[in-house]
Amino acid sequence: MADEQLVIEKPQSHEILARGYTFGTITDQISAVVLTKRTPLFWIASFGLGFILLQLLLASAVLLFGKGTGIWGIRTPVMWGFAITNFVWWIGIGHAGTLISAILFLLNQKWRNSINRSAEAMTLFAVACAGLFPLLHMGRPWLFYWLFPYPNSTTVQPNFRSPLVWDVFAVSTYATVSLLFWFVGLIPDLGTLRDRAKNLFAKYTYGILAMGWRGSARHWSTYDTATLLLSGLATPLVLSVHTVVSFDFTIAIVPGWHSTFFPPYFVAGAIYSGFAMVLALAIPLRAAYGLDGIITLRHLENCAKVMLATGLIVAYAYIMETFMAWYSGNPFEQQAFWNRMTGPYSAQYWFLVTCNIVSPQLLWFKKFRQSPVLLFISSIIVLTGMWLERYMIIVSSLAQDFVTSSWSLFHATRWDWATYWGTIGFFLFLFFLFVRLLPMISIFELRSLLPQAKVGEEVKG
Amino acid sequence: MKADIYGVMAEFDNPTALVNATRAVRDRGYRKLDAYTPFPIEELNDVLHLHKNKLPLIVLAGGILGGLTGYLLQYFVTVIYFPINVGGRPLHSWPSYIIITFELTILFGAISTVLGLLALCGLPMPYHPVFNVPRFSAASRDRFFLCIEATDPLFDKQRTSGLLATLEAKEVSEVAH
Repeated sequence: MADEQLVIEKPQSHEILARGYTFGTITDQISAVVLTKRTPLFWIASFGLGFILLQLLLASAVLLFGKGTGIWGIRTPVMWGFAITNFVWWIGIGHAGTLISAILFLLNQKWRNSINRSAEAMTLFAVACAGLFPLLHMGRPWLFYWLFPYPNSTTVQPNFRSPLVWDVFAVSTYATVSLLFWFVGLIPDLGTLRDRAKNLFAKYTYGILAMGWRGSARHWSTYDTATLLLSGLATPLVLSVHTVVSFDFTIAIVPGWHSTFFPPYFVAGAIYSGFAMVLALAIPLRAAYGLDGIITLRHLENCAKVMLATGLIVAYAYIMETFMAWYSGNPFEQQAFWNRMTGPYSAQYWFLVTCNIVSPQLLWFKKFRQSPVLLFISSIIVLTGMWLERYMIIVSSLAQDFVTSSWSLFHATRWDWATYWGTIGFFLFLFFLFVRLLPMISIFELRSLLPQAKVGEEVKG
Repeated sequence: MKADIYGVMAEFDNPTALVNATRAVRDRGYRKLDAYTPFPIEELNDVLHLHKNKLPLIVLAGGILGGLTGYLLQYFVTVIYFPINVGGRPLHSWPSYIIITFELTILFGAISTVLGLLALCGLPMPYHPVFNVPRFSAASRDRFFLCIEATDPLFDKQRTSGLLATLEAKEVSEVAH
């Protein structure tokens, strides 16, 4: 038992999880959320809200297919409007999941284990919502497969020199790799659910999904290599996705878009909004399911710190963007930024500055970072601010570009809003299905964090 | 020649006991053995000599294949199959191929990681004899198991079970086929 003592005194472990957990209790607590027959009211309410909003998405999609994209407010010159704003916003939100599961894994940040599963699920569902928008925006979504190079009778092929085609590859690769990463992470926990499920249907379903995982040491050894390799592959991928999304803008010559620092600026903004979404989901979940011992204040604080850091990068980007507009001496660039600050969209501009730059400064205070309620409010503010940022970049630049005679403002219609809120519903719907049907926290990774998991001193038999 | 049982299995309630027992059994010369644990234990890799596997090689091959596919696909389409002259710029415009080449490298690399993992682990495998041990369902919760397989040349039902029983095992049971 002397060995055990030595292990418990190691500093890093006990702060991540509350004390007193054993392999058994941690397994039971997380798997009980899925295997119980009782569904908490919180789940029913959130899922119900998601389901209702999902109907709104379906209704607006049906109308869109029937009448065309004219039901949205997109008119020349602002042809991108809400659709691309929402696309960029959703795909940005997805970034936190991969960052937590891949980059923090490579950096050996053990605290990630409590939130990586749900953050990866969030990534998948956010990418699913993001992917809907370019498809709906196409006008003829049923011809979406024209985006891919395939042998066809018209002999026409996609233009590989266009950033829009790069985007197709970047986003579809991102969705596929995130799904694979998430599923590989789930396999051992699916085995746990298979072994613990009482209901025969659940047992068979989890059994098929677990594919016969039995926790063999030989398998674990390969499995660890696979996780490491997938993290290594996902790390450059996550940084590249929003970079490629930003190319949609920078490669065009529209004032306010044509800028070399868009890639890092977009990636920082993506991680910023992504961590805000992680907090917005984790805080209610831990309260509703009593997971305070697993998703501790330290996790929330770390997420808040990442949010603050990326928020500062975003603030720097805003300042540099404005400075470069002035310093470039390019009158169109200067006009674009002057329009943003004082023109028809100035209210949105200053609101986004308040949300994204001013409000996160409160995160400097430890008291603030340790209050789940304040963090939740703060994350919603950041999500709003980041949405406005995407809106500002897309709409204000397109509305007022080079020639004054072609200027025209964008007015969102009710169907723009319906589609946007509809995807929020779609997201909630998918996320809460996940919470109910799959373990939302990686059980096997938490077991390996417990002090008991350390192998003691070598005792030669 | 098939043995009448798959092997014998010992159950432990902590990882240290499992690692010590595995080391002891290996020192006695047993080679056909496997440990079953609810989470990865690094020390087992040392004890069982599991440091090398072919997965990185598979992923490297997959990644190279993906990169080549991406580049050659774009070269074929833009230079041979569907050439468009845009302002006299070269048809073979390699800088604009970089992104899709990169994306397909990652995509093929990730797919080959997952397929390679499944292939090297022999999954999906719906049936395996170790599941016949009633207590084995705890291997995915809080118990640690060591199984010595009957195919090991040193295997002898009585003696091997006796050896496992001396190694702090909570329970030793036979694994039916």
